[in-house]
Amino acid sequence: MKFTLSWLYDHLDTEASVQQIADKLTAIGLEVEEVTNPAEALAPFVVAEVLTAERHPQADKLQVLSVDAGDGPLQVVCGAPNARAGMKGVFGPPGAYVPGSGFTLKVAAIRGVESNGMMCSVRELELGDEHDGIIELPADAPVGQSFAAFAGLDDPVFDIALTPNRPDCLGVRGIARDLAAAGLGSLREQPIRPVESRCANPVSIHVEDGSGCHAFAGRYIRRVTNGPSPEWLRKRLIAVGLRPISALVDITNFFSIDQARPLHVYDAAKLQGGITARRGRTGERFVALNDKEYEVVSDDCVIADDARVLGLGGVIGGEDTGVSEGTTEVLLECAWFDPETIGAAGRRHQIHTDARARFERGADPLVLEPMVEAATAMILELCGGEPSQITLASAADWADITVPRFVPLRPERVESLAGVHIPGDEQAAILERLGFTLETAGWVPPGWRPDIDGEADLVEEIARIHGFDRVPATPLERAPGVARPTATPSQRMERRVRRAAAARGLDEAVTWSFIAEEEAAPFGRDLQEPAWILANPISEDMKVMRPSLLPGLLAAARRNLDRGASSVRLFELGRRYLPGGEKPTVGILLAGEAIPRDWQSGKARPFSPYDAKAEVLALLDSVGAPVANLQVFADAGPTWHPGRSAKLGLGPKTIVASFGEMHPRVARRFDVPAGTQAAEIYLDAIPAQRTSGRARPAFTPPALQAITRDFAFVVPLELAADQLVRAIRGADRALITGARVFDRYQPEGGELSLAVEIVLQPTEKTLTEAEISAVSERIVGAATKLGARLRS
Amino acid sequence: MSDVEQTLGRIAAAGDLQALDAARVEALGKNGWVTALLKTLGGMTPDERQVRGPEIQGVRARVTEAIAERKEQLVSAELERRLATERLDLSLPAPERPQGTVHPVSQVMDELAEIFADLGFAVAEGPEIETDWYNFTALNMPESHPARAMHDTFYCEPRDGEPARVLRTHTSPVQIRAMEKHGAPLRVIAPGRVYRSDSDATHTPMFHQVEGIVIDRAIHLGHLKWTLETFLKAFFERDDIAIRMRPSYFPFTEPSAEVDVGWSMEKGRRVVGGQEGWMEVLGSGMVHPRVIAAAGLDPNEWQGFAFGTGIDRLAMLKYGMNDLRQFFDGDIRWLKHYGFAALAIPTLSAGVGA
Repeated sequence: MKFTLSWLYDHLDTEASVQQIADKLTAIGLEVEEVTNPAEALAPFVVAEVLTAERHPQADKLQVLSVDAGDGPLQVVCGAPNARAGMKGVFGPPGAYVPGSGFTLKVAAIRGVESNGMMCSVRELELGDEHDGIIELPADAPVGQSFAAFAGLDDPVFDIALTPNRPDCLGVRGIARDLAAAGLGSLREQPIRPVESRCANPVSIHVEDGSGCHAFAGRYIRRVTNGPSPEWLRKRLIAVGLRPISALVDITNFFSIDQARPLHVYDAAKLQGGITARRGRTGERFVALNDKEYEVVSDDCVIADDARVLGLGGVIGGEDTGVSEGTTEVLLECAWFDPETIGAAGRRHQIHTDARARFERGADPLVLEPMVEAATAMILELCGGEPSQITLASAADWADITVPRFVPLRPERVESLAGVHIPGDEQAAILERLGFTLETAGWVPPGWRPDIDGEADLVEEIARIHGFDRVPATPLERAPGVARPTATPSQRMERRVRRAAAARGLDEAVTWSFIAEEEAAPFGRDLQEPAWILANPISEDMKVMRPSLLPGLLAAARRNLDRGASSVRLFELGRRYLPGGEKPTVGILLAGEAIPRDWQSGKARPFSPYDAKAEVLALLDSVGAPVANLQVFADAGPTWHPGRSAKLGLGPKTIVASFGEMHPRVARRFDVPAGTQAAEIYLDAIPAQRTSGRARPAFTPPALQAITRDFAFVVPLELAADQLVRAIRGADRALITGARVFDRYQPEGGELSLAVEIVLQPTEKTLTEAEISAVSERIVGAATKLGARLRS
Repeated sequence: MSDVEQTLGRIAAAGDLQALDAARVEALGKNGWVTALLKTLGGMTPDERQVRGPEIQGVRARVTEAIAERKEQLVSAELERRLATERLDLSLPAPERPQGTVHPVSQVMDELAEIFADLGFAVAEGPEIETDWYNFTALNMPESHPARAMHDTFYCEPRDGEPARVLRTHTSPVQIRAMEKHGAPLRVIAPGRVYRSDSDATHTPMFHQVEGIVIDRAIHLGHLKWTLETFLKAFFERDDIAIRMRPSYFPFTEPSAEVDVGWSMEKGRRVVGGQEGWMEVLGSGMVHPRVIAAAGLDPNEWQGFAFGTGIDRLAMLKYGMNDLRQFFDGDIRWLKHYGFAALAIPTLSAGVGA
């Protein structure tokens, strides 16, 4: 919302400075975004008289002027055809920055003649587009005076960011009222005097129930003369960013800005029969004032005559019945539309007008006729004419809309909610200055404050006018003792796993939650239901809520490799969005080199699935998952290399992680090198740790030394090493405390052998050879059951 | 006793352990001459033995000592020789262990959790794919509310038999969920991802917010002011934090306030602290009675405040990043530059900044 200081003065009698006004506006919730003064850019430019004008000796199109800008004659070279002795214009001295041309004036020789400044055109001062000559000022313009002051351009423009709850402040009067309530001056009375009607209204007006229009006040005015508005009105509209069109249109725009009250004028000669406010009908179209054609729908509120739709009520008028230079009779409309209908229509048709902005926030329903009177008075003043009586048509529920609402306020509520003590009489004074009236049933909000609907709203009004800066900061009550821990087990898990991953050399990325459909597809394939898809994605690349963290990490890895990174270790801790819910997940991606080439080992080593496995196990361990009990299940799914990936779980149904090499097709799809490794840890699948207090079980170091024995087995090719190790450990759970594959050997075309180191931990007494051979036999026996045999 | 001198000479002259051993065998070996001398002791008379015994033992001792001494010399000379060849260029690089990083958003979330834990706030969570009711309706934004249109909402394709879903446009729905789950009194913050269909230099379609809510019997605007001041001082680790509350409008709070924080220029950079100018950092207010009622609490008994701010924005203001889009690119150069060491865990005793 833009307005000028002079416009504000129409409504507010104040001594306050521009800065004070701006500060107060912000302090009461009308946030000032900017105050600009067009005069600032024009400060160096002054009124000057051309004393003499001679032909330039070297150039036919130039003249050499003698100019008096208040300090005696100056020689100025000028190319304008209208420059002549005796005229007054605008002079820019050396050093002045010319805003419309983008340069700073200096004393210079133009075709051999010295010039001490410039006489300026409208365009050079950014006051308009004309550039066919220099500005001509009236003969009585005072030489040497600031041009901006003379031209009335010294008028600061305020731009405020309005919150949607304040339709009244889409009018200068509403802003002035708030300032006056906050003690920054007094609101000027603006009595409205009804004009005398000279004829009956020949245009019938009808409002259909349920149309979205609830009341329509209309007045017919004949014998008007439409033409350009007077200078003061044009200037005002331009200053707030509106284009003057014609007096009739400018008057409606004036009321829109001045009173937050949209009006409309129809060229009554072009109406076919009476006016009806109703819902749109299928197939109806009209050309709006913005020259675009719209097809209305049955949810739209339209204003129609007997033949056609004229416009979208409260949003935009129609071209057909708009006023023009030749208009001699008009119908003036001051209506009230239901905000929801207006908002929906504006969004549906993508129309942004000042009328829509006001009606969708809620216009004052109590001032329809007074506003018609005020606008009529202005029309008569600027365009002449003879008005009819006012016709007010309304829907059946109009009385409900205009009935006073009562909002009770307990004065103590101000302190208990806003935290500041304000005496009851001061509270009442604030509300009264804002236009509220006190009745027995409570405070009655004025018609321009549709946002007020409860006690908290009244508290806010009082507190904001009193000043939020006067609310004392009050400490929250503090629980006794040291602050208690607040993190939940899952939050602790996330924090631990994140820092464990970083400690292991992984960089944490945060990637988009939404990915392209074709990126999601392979990862969602093993899901039973489709993923979450956005109906209005910002782009096709951000359409599906990710069913896996890996697509985002793969894309990030590719970007890094494209930038020349040789090794990418990324992780992300975020959610997968599955039909059954949002699952906390760790994604890991390892691409490029695990170890760079170096002087000791020579060649670089690429990542292998075992690197991914190492990360997974370390991270699972960091959050207390029962790592020792996890089983490996080969082939992690369709996005993984079938032979180089696996799942880890406590059983086939309780999978806590997948890891391994990405499927070559997936790698190609994401343009990352074959052999890229990845992992996902499903944090929600990790069983909760049993808590039994902080104390650890007692520690008793074994009294006897453990012994190790090595066993080499020839095993079936398909036997997983993990299975063999488990079987061996199971051979004597008490005695065997460790079993680890330390060698794997398979000659070309030969048998596969695995060598396992066993740790035996005696507890009571040193093991005898007989006991050792007994356990060895059990170990070999367990291995044999899996098809292994001891290697001879 | 020229044998002794000869032997000692040979020992002294031994150039290596082998030569030394040959000298030893010659003297002390099975057939060595000292051994032979020792054997003669057995055939001597006690008197003879008394004279010759110490002499012969003396010879043996001198030879043994000389051998030990020479051996030590040879070993240490050998060690010196070997050491002279064992040279490593330790200016060569050692094997590197990659250093990982924690993302600034996570770090700031940990900082928030730490600060607010001291004020008694727990951390609450909620779904990002949210129902219309939690994201809007319960927050006093019914179907037709114009504020809904201002949210640039992402809508999900409808699914059979399920309520319509949106991507939450703010963390405020967690207010409702936390009140429903924990009732009152309540103190929680709710950090998390939020989504708006908006993309330019300063907006990304996904970003992070943190919500705070306090519900109790006598909480008022003054408590809100104190809490925000206290939080901002702790977070930015400065005492000269100035805040300014401006009346504003949010459908879910009444009264509502936007909160500006004072900034000043330091080394050509705009930093939080001081009062050279104001920048908006938070939205806040007293929770609207309808919101409290929507969450199943009695607004005549319970009241409180809520606030919300951008986590990415807080990170930028504190740590100096200037491009929001880079937060979500996964560029390891950026992550290594702006990320945090694994062990830089924010704590109250060590400081919440890193």
